[in-house]
Amino acid sequence: MSAVQAAAGDAGALDVVAIRRDFPVLARTVRGVPLAYLDNAASSQRPRAVIDAMSHYYETSHANVHRGVHTLSQEATDLFEGAREKVRHFINARSTKEVIFVRGTTEAINLVAQSYGRPAFSPGDEILISWLEHHANIVPWQMLCQQTGATLRVAPITRSGEVDFDAFAALLSPRTKLVALAHVSNALGTVIPVHRFITAAKARGVPVLLDGAQAVPHMKVDVQALDCDFYAFSGHKMCGPTGIGVLYGRESLLNAMPPWQGGGDMILAVSFDKTVYNGLPYKFEAGTPDIAGAIGLGAAIDYLEALGMERIAAAEHALLEYANEKLANVPGLRFVGTAPEKAAVVSFTIDKVHPHDLGTILDHEGVAIRTGHHCAMPVMEFYGLPATARASFAFYNTRAEIDRLVEALHTAREMLG
Amino acid sequence: MDLKDLYRDIIVDHNRHPRNFREMPDADRRADGFNPLCGDKLTVFVKLDGDRIADVSFHGSGCAISVASASLLTESVRGKTIAEAEGLFSQMHQLLTRDDVGIDVTSLGKLGALSGVREFPARVKCASLCWHTLDAALHQQDQVSTE
Repeated sequence: MSAVQAAAGDAGALDVVAIRRDFPVLARTVRGVPLAYLDNAASSQRPRAVIDAMSHYYETSHANVHRGVHTLSQEATDLFEGAREKVRHFINARSTKEVIFVRGTTEAINLVAQSYGRPAFSPGDEILISWLEHHANIVPWQMLCQQTGATLRVAPITRSGEVDFDAFAALLSPRTKLVALAHVSNALGTVIPVHRFITAAKARGVPVLLDGAQAVPHMKVDVQALDCDFYAFSGHKMCGPTGIGVLYGRESLLNAMPPWQGGGDMILAVSFDKTVYNGLPYKFEAGTPDIAGAIGLGAAIDYLEALGMERIAAAEHALLEYANEKLANVPGLRFVGTAPEKAAVVSFTIDKVHPHDLGTILDHEGVAIRTGHHCAMPVMEFYGLPATARASFAFYNTRAEIDRLVEALHTAREMLG
Repeated sequence: MDLKDLYRDIIVDHNRHPRNFREMPDADRRADGFNPLCGDKLTVFVKLDGDRIADVSFHGSGCAISVASASLLTESVRGKTIAEAEGLFSQMHQLLTRDDVGIDVTSLGKLGALSGVREFPARVKCASLCWHTLDAALHQQDQVSTE
């Protein structure tokens, strides 16, 4: 019996033992010791259900989508579009026209920059982001600024790693043409109270894009309740495959935007004089899509929803509290990012032990964490650090794994401190 | 592969107490090295007496492997000619990236302590950063003219 079957009808806590059996990779060893995978903010692992859904598709139903009249093409199309409907339901979009399949969060943001921003922005216009953004929510806007003459404005953060709302509000002006914010910080785990930021932007008629890569795997996301205009996320951080992600966009905005890439599937009719573009969402999906990836993402959504996003959030929050308590007792450990609202991400440093050495020593104990700048160099610069160590938890992690993390940190201190 | 093969006593010692860890305002040559993957930043300073390295030092921040490697480098190349230092660079490159068959590790002295790095591919760049930086310093002929 899988954890999903076990969870059905059980309103209580998740059964982590059963859940771990659903994830084949969690049974492996690293350097002779059991794997403790605490690098979920970089990429999560996949349950058997996702792997099987993709294999089954390739073994039984693969053909190109939206093209043939033959049976396999129809089956592939049904599975692909079925996955789109699962995504729509998962984030509560109004219509599948608002669900665009892309390669991941990065591509989704680039799509908005190039299709929404590039034709419309001009010198004097401003794009407002925050200091704790991932590079994927910085660089596409810098490129757009170079192309259009627009200016990138950055709302500062506080020592605890929260976006300074008053400073953000003060930066909103008639020149602001777009706000682009993380929903959850990847480097620090801060949950940004986006309702407040969106309300302030909307009061000025400014559209808002949210980078939800770190939020969607860990909390219930409702794009209508958020009232955001664009929402970007990746499959691989939510137990789905790599290479697939989603751009949610408000239909009225997507309709007004020109296609980003040209090719097959995004057209209705092509002649050398004129091409008629396809409607939403296909207008933004040039070329054969990642069909198996979308099907895998749909299976991941089924898996997460069967467990329940509220229960997942509760389980991860319990792990975060346990980790905070245990790590606080490690001599020389300093937490980086201490916002009151956090996802299950702990960024830290240890006196006299460089994060890179921590990563190697912990790997030797089978404990996988991320070390480095976490694709958020401005955040590291803000704290005056070259790098941090970051442990990030998923609902399949255990307290015993956190104990092993703490033990390995003691080993590192003894070795190098 | 044991962690002690990477973090040998001599490496740990040179990380805790890096030798020649200072800036050199009157250096004849200097170069900055940066490893963006892990954030290691080193500056290598060289004072020349003809084609001989009269003094060498480094400054910056980095992991234990990069700091210890830079510290060992300064001890190894002081007093050597530029050609001899380049020969050492080439030997170190082989030591860090290939089987050390053909290299007499004992001839490298303390630098041989870095041979364990080869078993940790993610860390090879940490150990070689200072050598690339020294190489850049020695080849920056333009900077000589600004003395």
